[in-house]
Amino acid sequence: MAHAHESNVKRIWVVFGILSLITIVEVAFGIYKPDSLHLSNFLGTSWLNWLFIILTLAKAYGITWTFMHMEGEKTWFRRAVVWTAVFLIIYLVTLLLIEGDYLYSTLAPLVRW
Amino acid sequence: MEANIAVSSEKKPTWGGGGAKPFGASYGKMMMWFFIVSDALTFSGFLAAYGLTRFKFIDSWPIADEVFTHIPFVHGEFPMIYVAFMTFILIFSSVTMVLAVDAGHHMKKKKVAWYMLFTIIGGIIFVGSQAWEWNTFIKGSYGAVKTTDGKILQFVNNDGKQIALSDFVVGERGDHLVQQTKKNGLWFESGETVSQYSIAQIISSYEANPDIQVRIEKIDLETKKKIILSREKGAAELAKTKLVVEGANLEVNEYGNTIFADFFFFITGFHGFHVFSGIIFNIIIFFNVILGTYERRGHYEMVEKVGLYWHFVDLVWVFVFTFFYLV
Repeated sequence: MAHAHESNVKRIWVVFGILSLITIVEVAFGIYKPDSLHLSNFLGTSWLNWLFIILTLAKAYGITWTFMHMEGEKTWFRRAVVWTAVFLIIYLVTLLLIEGDYLYSTLAPLVRW
Repeated sequence: MEANIAVSSEKKPTWGGGGAKPFGASYGKMMMWFFIVSDALTFSGFLAAYGLTRFKFIDSWPIADEVFTHIPFVHGEFPMIYVAFMTFILIFSSVTMVLAVDAGHHMKKKKVAWYMLFTIIGGIIFVGSQAWEWNTFIKGSYGAVKTTDGKILQFVNNDGKQIALSDFVVGERGDHLVQQTKKNGLWFESGETVSQYSIAQIISSYEANPDIQVRIEKIDLETKKKIILSREKGAAELAKTKLVVEGANLEVNEYGNTIFADFFFFITGFHGFHVFSGIIFNIIIFFNVILGTYERRGHYEMVEKVGLYWHFVDLVWVFVFTFFYLV
């Protein structure tokens, strides 16, 4: 392995700092929920939720690339893993969320509150 | 018989790929990655099902930071703080894991052992926290009632803050119900859990106290808050009560939709099981490190492989945290 002899200790701590910072930002937004973000709507959910999702994907990237050392793997091995998972997950989530919205629009009018 | 023996001509075991390294990755590491892909798809299946259900009940789903508000040993409401702590623990144990892998690359046995130990401790703290979280969730904190049409009614004070049944219900329960267990009834059957208060007692306490209002599951989509009924409407809803609910199980819970608790138990339980098995793997590898197995083998790749699994568990938690507690 080409990367076997260099030490990544400093980089690991930097990434830990970034991941912690993102978590703190997420929790802060989760507690205060600013109305301007929370009560908005964009593509089916609030801007606040989009912010959480983007920050989560950033964390996932940090964990996969640095901690799991994906950056050190061969390009097509990386793609075999990442593209497969990302494509299938996007496909599944898109279909199920659209169906969920359909169920709501169909069933919600039948519920008496 | 030569063909039946799992040793290749280079005297390397064929189950390990016979020394072949496609994509420059060893057999074990590659298979760990492909296992992680399949496991990631399993978790996505669960989370996507959660998403579907949530969109289906978008106007009545429980609001997470009203459900998960407790931290151990302290009274009061601190939404999100405890799960944030759990997230930190898991990220930190991921860091010690990757430091162990890094030390392994430099063949520093002692350092690897120490970092593995820290990782195991972090994992145990996480599982312990999750057990506490489950316990709090199952016990519940406020109590609610369920109506004949399957709606959960909660109680709030003047300020619109939720209050517990014990905060406003007065008097001893009149019907003297006792839960049937093996000890006080037939030894082979046991009865329903008996709530702390009776339905009649709750209704009369509500009528006697003008400060109490009823909150329903329905969310006002403009303000994203649960709707609070007027006193008269509340009384009308309360009259339909069929069950007093304290805490949560798979059939009913005081937070709202039954399926909310089902998903909570299933997804965090499945994740907790992964953490648990990760701890077991880590302990096995930890002892191997101490015994010098990898020192003799000449490399610490096994630490790297369990490390991949451990980081994956952390990765899943990042998503569970977002979709259960934040979004």
